[in-house]
Amino acid sequence: MRERELVIIGAGAAGMAAALGAYDNGIRDILLIEKEAEAGGILNQCIHNGFGLHTFKEELSGPGYAERYYTKIEDKGIDFLFNTQVIRIGEDKTVEYVNENGYDRIRAKAIVLSTGSKERTGASINLLGDRAVGVYTAGAAQKYLNMHGILVGKRVFILGSGDIGLIMARRMTLEGAKVLGVAEIMPYSNGLARNIKQCLEDFDIPLYLSHTITRVNGRPHLKSVTMSKVDENLKVIKGTEQEIECDVLLLSIGLRSDISLLDDIDIKKKRGAIVDNHYMTSKEGIFVAGNALHIHDLVDYVSQEAYDAGKYAAMYIKDHAIALNKHHASAGNGLGYVIPETFGDEDVTFSFRVNRVFKQCVIRITGDGLNKEIRKLSLIPSEMERITLKKEILKDLKGDLRIEVSEWK
Amino acid sequence: MEMICINCPLGCHLKIDENMNVTGNNCPRGKQYAIDEMTHPLRTLTTTVAIESVTHERLSIITDKPVPKNMMMDIVRSIKDLKVKPPVKMGDVIVENVLNTGSNLIASRSIER
Repeated sequence: MRERELVIIGAGAAGMAAALGAYDNGIRDILLIEKEAEAGGILNQCIHNGFGLHTFKEELSGPGYAERYYTKIEDKGIDFLFNTQVIRIGEDKTVEYVNENGYDRIRAKAIVLSTGSKERTGASINLLGDRAVGVYTAGAAQKYLNMHGILVGKRVFILGSGDIGLIMARRMTLEGAKVLGVAEIMPYSNGLARNIKQCLEDFDIPLYLSHTITRVNGRPHLKSVTMSKVDENLKVIKGTEQEIECDVLLLSIGLRSDISLLDDIDIKKKRGAIVDNHYMTSKEGIFVAGNALHIHDLVDYVSQEAYDAGKYAAMYIKDHAIALNKHHASAGNGLGYVIPETFGDEDVTFSFRVNRVFKQCVIRITGDGLNKEIRKLSLIPSEMERITLKKEILKDLKGDLRIEVSEWK
Repeated sequence: MEMICINCPLGCHLKIDENMNVTGNNCPRGKQYAIDEMTHPLRTLTTTVAIESVTHERLSIITDKPVPKNMMMDIVRSIKDLKVKPPVKMGDVIVENVLNTGSNLIASRSIER
């Protein structure tokens, strides 16, 4: 079987950055496998601006960001396989794939999995009612409109206030559709404040907080949705139902990391892949980066993290001894998760999300020999938080570390 | 008057009084935004146009300067039947001075063929 030093699966923001990180650290034998015909991944359908303020010091569209990044790596002799779907990764780091030439496989010394995420669907929230034509995930409708010029409907209702849904509310309005409203089951919005302003308020689109869709009506095509109010325990309040006539329901209810290619490998998982501070899984030589690891709000952070994943993959290929996992980090009160879960004596950047809204709160990082508090005015679940601990702070730490959030007392 | 700044993902909470004094901003762009918002609200517009390409159906475009908020819909409508030909480079002007706004619609990506 042919061998490659580094195989990267998925040439989106994370895959390209991982390739650059590995290249800059001395690896020349790099293969990037991409299922689409061009690099960029989800960026290619995100035509709105706001990308790249950190990485390129200018404000770009998603496709523009992808292009700028691709320009950084295209003359480096990195091999690309486009229109190629990886179907399996084996325990021995064999990567099996199919494309127009049929089936093939190669063995890698190291793998970076940068396969992004999938949208949650109606099935994942037990959306009740008819199996109507006209129910789309927000990202699918975005792809139809921005890549193919197809507006999926004229009267639109949106479930979930995630940013993709908000951005689609504006896009579809500008293209001539009537967006009737956005229902959010939580008492707060899950999107960025700027998107509530420029995507909803600018077009007088109502945001219904503490509301959800309790029924989808219409066969074969969607005719209406039933919206109901929920109480503080998120239970539907009887008698609050109202029917909204629409021909499209967009679901903007969150993303889930896609690491299904690791299904055949015995690695530690919790919410997603568990990694150390080198972004390496419990299976040596297999790394995970980008939204495949956890969901990011800013592509710049994807690029930074994945660049490091590529750098560590390079160190692993050259040395095979990068794992120094002395400490374990756990998500305490108020945290949904923390990444990485294990780390050594080097600088480490923790990423996490809170699991509810906190006002005037404090982040506590505690362990034997380490006690750090960071005050914050507000933390919300829709925004990822990052904290870097320098190795000087870590040198006295014995054993494990816990990160938790609570209100000022 | 209170508002959320839309210039970047920070989303600063701005306050502006009748003398156009702005507070709550973390950068100069926030101050300008609050003043513009009171006098003549502006927005960056992103959309797509059809392209006669062998690889793509749509070309993503963006205004090189923000346009009046109330003209966004008219601008999108005005390019409904426009079809461009490759090659297009990121930054190429697709529509000059669109609807006399003083802003150009420029390509926000390249499409070679």
